Amino acid sequence: MTYVDAFLLTLLVITAVSVAGMRNLFAAAVFFGIYSLLSAAWMTVLDSPDVAYTEAAVGAGISTVLMLATLGLTSDREKKDPILKPLPLFIVLATGMVLLYGTLDMPAFGDPMAPIHQHVAPHYLNDSPQEIGVPNIVTAVLASYRGYDTMGETTVVFTAAVGVLAMLIGRRQRPSEAS
Amino acid sequence: MNLLDHFNYYVVITLMMVGFYIIMARNNLVKKVIGLNIFQAAVILMYVTMGRVHDGTAPILADGPDVVYSNPLPQVLMLTAIVVGVATTALGLALVVRIQENYGTIEEDEIRALEDAS
Repeated sequence: MTYVDAFLLTLLVITAVSVAGMRNLFAAAVFFGIYSLLSAAWMTVLDSPDVAYTEAAVGAGISTVLMLATLGLTSDREKKDPILKPLPLFIVLATGMVLLYGTLDMPAFGDPMAPIHQHVAPHYLNDSPQEIGVPNIVTAVLASYRGYDTMGETTVVFTAAVGVLAMLIGRRQRPSEAS
Repeated sequence: MNLLDHFNYYVVITLMMVGFYIIMARNNLVKKVIGLNIFQAAVILMYVTMGRVHDGTAPILADGPDVVYSNPLPQVLMLTAIVVGVATTALGLALVVRIQENYGTIEEDEIRALEDAS
């Protein structure tokens, strides 16, 4: 772990915890944007510039704008209710413990012999220059080897767009019916 | 066993649990969507950290004999997950807007009280 990692991770945890404690929803949405941008920064450190760009544009950009737009249409204050609740806190701590137990036999961070690096990844890394001919291997896998995934993703985005439009178009007709 | 071997998992689990707590403990629906997004970003970080190789570089072809690349596969899967995540966020927030119009509130306990009263 480098100092950069430690710095970014501390900031990430601080941002997430402050979102949990905030009552002003505008502040919470903006803090979520900061959280997203910090995670994009850590992804850059982790050698994944493509994911970092997408997270910075989509996670920090579009998600935050959508949240702010929703707050404009609803309300920006959260009702007063206790921040610490015993039952959710207990469930969260118990789940966290189980997950921590699950990490015990995970391969160490950055271990080149980890199982994840033994299966198809060497094939992508060694053969994609000949088979696909795109220098960016992430692009080659995304658009060619796993092209069906990307098609499924497009289907999901299309369905979500249709759903959002269906809900919000119905909304615009309501005031005219009332008048 | 070195504790720092798994530091990435510890941080990711902390972030996940913060998101999980927001989803369960807060009544405000927008806040729940924010919690869901925090959880999702933590899961994405977990996969990206698993693809990292020591002394590796981004999986973009470079000249040189002994270049070590990080694993491209988790990155590709997480690119898809981010885009799908923003689609579900948009759908959830559209639902919140409609709930606000029908019930006049986006606090879960108030909505439940209104449902019980009717």
